[in-house]
Order: sequence, then C-alpha cells, then structure tokens
Amino acid sequence: MATADTVLEHEHDVQQGDQWGGGKEPFKVSYGKLMMWYFLLSDAFTFAGFLIAYGSLRFSSPTWPVPDFVFSTAPFGIHHAPLIFVTIMSFLLIISSVTMVRAVQEGHRENKNGVVFWMLLTILGGIGFLSCQAWEWTNLIATEHMTVSTNPFGTHVVSGEYLDDEHGHAYKDGTQREQFKAGQSYLIHKHFDEKTGHDEWIQRRFLAEDGTTGVQQFGPKAFGALFFFITGFHGFHVFSGVAFLTIIMINAASGLYVARRNGYEMVEKIGLYWHFVDLVWVFVFLVFYLL
Amino acid sequence: MAHLSYEASIKRVYYGLGLLAVVTLVEVFISLLGKGHIIKGAENYSVVIYTAGVIIAVLSLYKAYFIIYEFMHMKYEVKGLAMSVLLPTALLIWAIIAFFQEGNSWKNRREQIKEKNETPADTKNLQGMLSKQDTLWLRM
Repeated sequence: MATADTVLEHEHDVQQGDQWGGGKEPFKVSYGKLMMWYFLLSDAFTFAGFLIAYGSLRFSSPTWPVPDFVFSTAPFGIHHAPLIFVTIMSFLLIISSVTMVRAVQEGHRENKNGVVFWMLLTILGGIGFLSCQAWEWTNLIATEHMTVSTNPFGTHVVSGEYLDDEHGHAYKDGTQREQFKAGQSYLIHKHFDEKTGHDEWIQRRFLAEDGTTGVQQFGPKAFGALFFFITGFHGFHVFSGVAFLTIIMINAASGLYVARRNGYEMVEKIGLYWHFVDLVWVFVFLVFYLL
Repeated sequence: MAHLSYEASIKRVYYGLGLLAVVTLVEVFISLLGKGHIIKGAENYSVVIYTAGVIIAVLSLYKAYFIIYEFMHMKYEVKGLAMSVLLPTALLIWAIIAFFQEGNSWKNRREQIKEKNETPADTKNLQGMLSKQDTLWLRM
C-alpha cells in the first residue's frame, strides 16, 4: 500500500539487495486482493472437478434425463415451462452482480451511503436466488421424489406406446394409448397405496416398437447425487457470500472503511467473490440446464 | 474507476447488464431449439443438437470472459496477475478431453461387458487364462 512511509522507503531503495526487503507490489495490487484471486482460482478448480465429473458420468451412461423435461416446473402451478424458472434464477444473479459493481464504484468515490445501498440490493438478489433454489429443491424432493440415490427421471431407449395409464392401471380396450419416442424422458410417480399402507412407485408398462414389452426403469443414480451436490455446493457459496456481504455492509455503514481510507477495498474483495459465484453459475447453468 | 469517468463507468455497467441478459436469453433460446421445443422435430437431427451445444458453450465462455474482465476488473490489472490467475485454468482443457473420453469408453465397455456376460463360458478351452500352476512362479 502506498502510504507515506513506504513511498519514503522506496526512495532509499537503491541497492539490489533491498529488492527482497518487501514493500514492493509486483502485481500492483494489495496482498488481500491477490490472495482473493488465488483463492478463487483454487475454487474454480474445485467446481471444474465437479462439473467434469458430471460430464464424464453423463458420457458413461447409456441414457440421461433430458434437462428441459426435468426442470420444467415453476412456482404457482406452472408446468411444461422448460428452463423458464432457472432463467429467472440466472437473471437474479446477473442483476446482483451488477449492483455489486455499482457498490464497488461508489466505494472508490468514498460514498458511504451509495456503498450501503447497492450492497443491500446485492444481498436481496442473493437471498432471492437462494429462495428460488429452495423452491426448486423442495419441488424435486417432496413432489418429484428425487434423492441422492433415487432418480425417478428415466429415458426411453426405443419408441413405443404405454400399456398402462398414468395411474398404473391397464388401458381399457378401445382407449387411445399414449405414445412415446426414443430419447424422451419420463417421471416415475410415487403414490400412497392404501392397501399396503406405504408409498409405491408407479412404473408404467409399455410395448416397444420392436415388439418387446417393458416397464419404466429408474434413471441413472448419479443424476440425483450430482445435482444435489453441485447445486448445493454452489448454493452454499451464495449463502456464505450473503453472510459476508451482510457483515461488510454493516461495517461499511458503521464507518469502519471510511477510517481506512483505501477506497473501500474490503467491498472490492467481497465483490470479486460475488462475481465469482455468478461466474460459476454460468457454468452450472450451462452443464445442468442448457446442454 | 480511475480509468473511466464516473458517468462513463456507470454506463458501462448497465451495458454489461444488457449484454449478459441478452446472451443468456439467446442461450436459452438455442438450447430449447436444440431440444425441439421451438421447431418440432429439430431434436431428431444430431447435427442440430451438437451445433446448439457448441454455440451455447462458446456463449457461456464469452459470458465468463466478460464477467472476469469487466466486472472483476481483470482488464485493469497487471499482465502478470492476469496470467498467473488465467493460465492455470488451461490445465482444464486436457482434463475435459481426458475425462469425457474416459466416460465414453466406459459406456462402450458397458455394452462389451454385457455381451460377455451373456455368452456362456467355454470351460473346455480356457484360452488366455492362466492355470494355478502357471502363476506359481509369479508368487515366488
């Protein structure tokens, strides 16, 4: 940091040996900011490892649930709206990234109220994203019954037609049977059976084009585990981000950073972290939802 | 930032918001196109699916570049800092190629293992299998 003391030291710094004495910033950036960059680099490798694991397991599976079928519900009873809800979640993160940039800019101008205002909006964006994710998880766990080890989203390998209706009862003669195509995903429903007294999966029977009959099979197990671990790990990053943003906003409001006179550098550091969370979401969005 | 006037840098931020929003919408549109939601039957052509995938991946990389260079101000950092953060990520290129290849070969082998499990074992001609006596010297 270019305080008056270090500037004086630099002027005396003529001998070669003193190059190693410290006080120089080869990257012209403070220690804290540089270390934040390196932490983010290491975190990027963690996320990359997870996402590459997703990719290689997806490549290794004969079938994989189609994301626009899995993620096609939204709150308020919206169904068959592929990717709409996650697009809204992406927008929340993008907007909160933009408000974060504004907070950093106001910090450079030493505008305390501006910093607090834009950080508050950023926090609200983060909370909004977490709420959406909570809804998404609740829907997957409670309504669609996906767990880390059970994946009710299967995919048809060959085209054909169902022999049972959606409730698992055989079609009556003469009724129109539901058709399906190869590569189409389905959700195996769970319902409470009053006779046995516990939940039963309804695996519909079908007649395939090649003349064989079969029942709906569960999808690759890894799907549920990967989804909950990777989006959960990202959500945990968002949650920690919100916690740190709140702490730093309170510090900023209390006037702590005014006293430091370094252009609200702490806001800049948490800003780097927050943009990184948005950056990771770009790739989680790509891998889980778009491809 | 000191590099731009206050008004110019605010303009730049909202330009960034618009850009990221538009790119995201285009990505979702192309993804749905590749899955056959916009034109029925488009999902039957693997060319459409792969082209859509490549375009979406490139657009995501562009978004990543924009976030790092504009929002995280990498543009204004010293070259050494930028390189020490960005160059190590090049290792991921090989990781992606190698692990996806691994996954693919795993899938092909699943079929091979299934085939082999279905063929009955030929107990008379144990070709390529070592008997216990043959392996004795290995254990010495």
